[in-house]
Amino acid sequence: MKTQWNDGQSGFHPASAPDFLPRRELAELQRARLRAVVRRAHERVPLFRQRLEAAGIAPEAVKDLPDLARLPFTVKADLRDTYPFGLFASPMEEIVRLHASSGTTGKPIVVAYTEADLQVWTSVMVRTFAACGLSKGDVVQNAYGYGLFTGGLGAHYGAEALGATVIPISGGNTERQLMVLQDFGVTAICCTPSYMVHLIERAKESKIGFGKLKVGLFGAEPWSESMRQHIQAESGIRAHDVYGLSEIIGPGVGIECPRRDGLHLFEDHFYPEIVDPTSGQVLPDGAEGELVLTTLSKEAMPMIRYRTRDITALLPEPCPCGRTLRRIRRIGRRSDDMFIIRGVNVFPSQVETALLQVEGTLPHYQIVLTREKGLDEMEVQVEVTPEVFSDEIRRLQGLQGQLEAAIEHVLGIRVKVTLVAPRTIARSEGKAKRVQDKRNI
Amino acid sequence: MKIRQLSLFLENRPGQLRVPCQVLGEAGIDILTMSLADTQQFGILRLIVKDVERARAALEGAGMVVNGTDVLAADVPDRPGGLAEVLAAFERAGLGIEYMYPFGVRERGRHATLIFRLEDPDGAAELLARQGVKLVSAGELFSRA
Repeated sequence: MKTQWNDGQSGFHPASAPDFLPRRELAELQRARLRAVVRRAHERVPLFRQRLEAAGIAPEAVKDLPDLARLPFTVKADLRDTYPFGLFASPMEEIVRLHASSGTTGKPIVVAYTEADLQVWTSVMVRTFAACGLSKGDVVQNAYGYGLFTGGLGAHYGAEALGATVIPISGGNTERQLMVLQDFGVTAICCTPSYMVHLIERAKESKIGFGKLKVGLFGAEPWSESMRQHIQAESGIRAHDVYGLSEIIGPGVGIECPRRDGLHLFEDHFYPEIVDPTSGQVLPDGAEGELVLTTLSKEAMPMIRYRTRDITALLPEPCPCGRTLRRIRRIGRRSDDMFIIRGVNVFPSQVETALLQVEGTLPHYQIVLTREKGLDEMEVQVEVTPEVFSDEIRRLQGLQGQLEAAIEHVLGIRVKVTLVAPRTIARSEGKAKRVQDKRNI
Repeated sequence: MKIRQLSLFLENRPGQLRVPCQVLGEAGIDILTMSLADTQQFGILRLIVKDVERARAALEGAGMVVNGTDVLAADVPDRPGGLAEVLAAFERAGLGIEYMYPFGVRERGRHATLIFRLEDPDGAAELLARQGVKLVSAGELFSRA
């Protein structure tokens, strides 16, 4: 029985059963968990209690999933303002793990896990790996950074619980990464997509292949569909997008099944809403807006209506893979990443897409914003690769013109493209930093 | 008759030219001649060296983007009007020149040597020979240096 558990492509694992729950049963589970988490947060988190009281809402009034829309949002600043432990709903004796994410300004944000939270985290990561077609017998090179960052340990325990062989190599040391990849018969890799591009580049320089590698789980930063095509074509692997954020749990919030048409959210633990980023109004399925998540089972640090800043849409159609979990469209942009230049909203991913349309250009690029005499200038620095380098000036100038035209086509504004020498743009072993804003606004 | 030339991408900022020269120096490779084409933003350094493969490996090893291009070397009489005569031969052969630059060693009073980049070096070599242009082989060129 339960043949519907198997989507025919990804490995079967008992932990994946909730992926295939009938919607009605899933909603029942979500309702029960929502009531419990709202009560818990109200009882134990002063900030949440104050906000609920200010809004005149009793926790008991939250009975069903639509009631969630009446509750106040939680935002990243709340985590900073209550640094370090202000949003914890469990006493320290019950907290078994802390992680922190580097803040761009000042203090980091701290997140906590009870034993049960870690079990949930591991289970969603097992489901993540299983959905990518991995199982016992696979060899997973975990190149996410180990440490305070949730990526490393999250992927580690998930892959281990799946029964795979885990290589806890962590981030960095590209030479060693490539050696291990070859010598240890690695079949799957976990890292940021920009680091994978770097690995591809270095492998090419050293004239080595990717051995048995078949699958990559890439996340922790937005990346474009064209970047996926690039990674797949250059390395011959299947690239899956992984979604997660520390505030919610870490990696393991959502994953692409082998169809890779949107990311299934592990809705039994993380309840999604899409809201208008400006008004905060809940939008219907299919509409684009900001993803808001509520943790349904977290003990140590429940998040009620957390504003992720990620722009996406809930896909209304069921996925043919058989998973009943709703999907979000791939996140190509975060409202955080957006910058405004000459009145136009620009996301780095749009620039990336434009660059990749011009054949042969590797996505090593950087956007530099400057302001001269009150006028904003946007410069896109693109590294010259052996594939595109010509010894004729006019060909290179032609390439520059093509890149400028492609970007102008996407953004509607004229930008300056500068060709720069290879490896002059800093490589990131974690999240890529694409924009340098030198404007003093 | 072709001669392998190496081209490098350089950004237009201080220090960019020194690096490849230093890399070649450390590898013990002599630059026989060079030319620099530049725009406001970037430049292309073109080099003639004897040991092309070793030079290329050294430059690439230092992280540079290197391109190999075939060029022709032709002797031009070292007297007024010498170059015009040779260029007239190019014209008669219907050949367009992408770019050209002088080879660093010159046999004074006899001839100067120029490096030419043309679209189809093999075809061009044949046509130019027929027009009486004296092309110089890599071996001969290197023996003069």
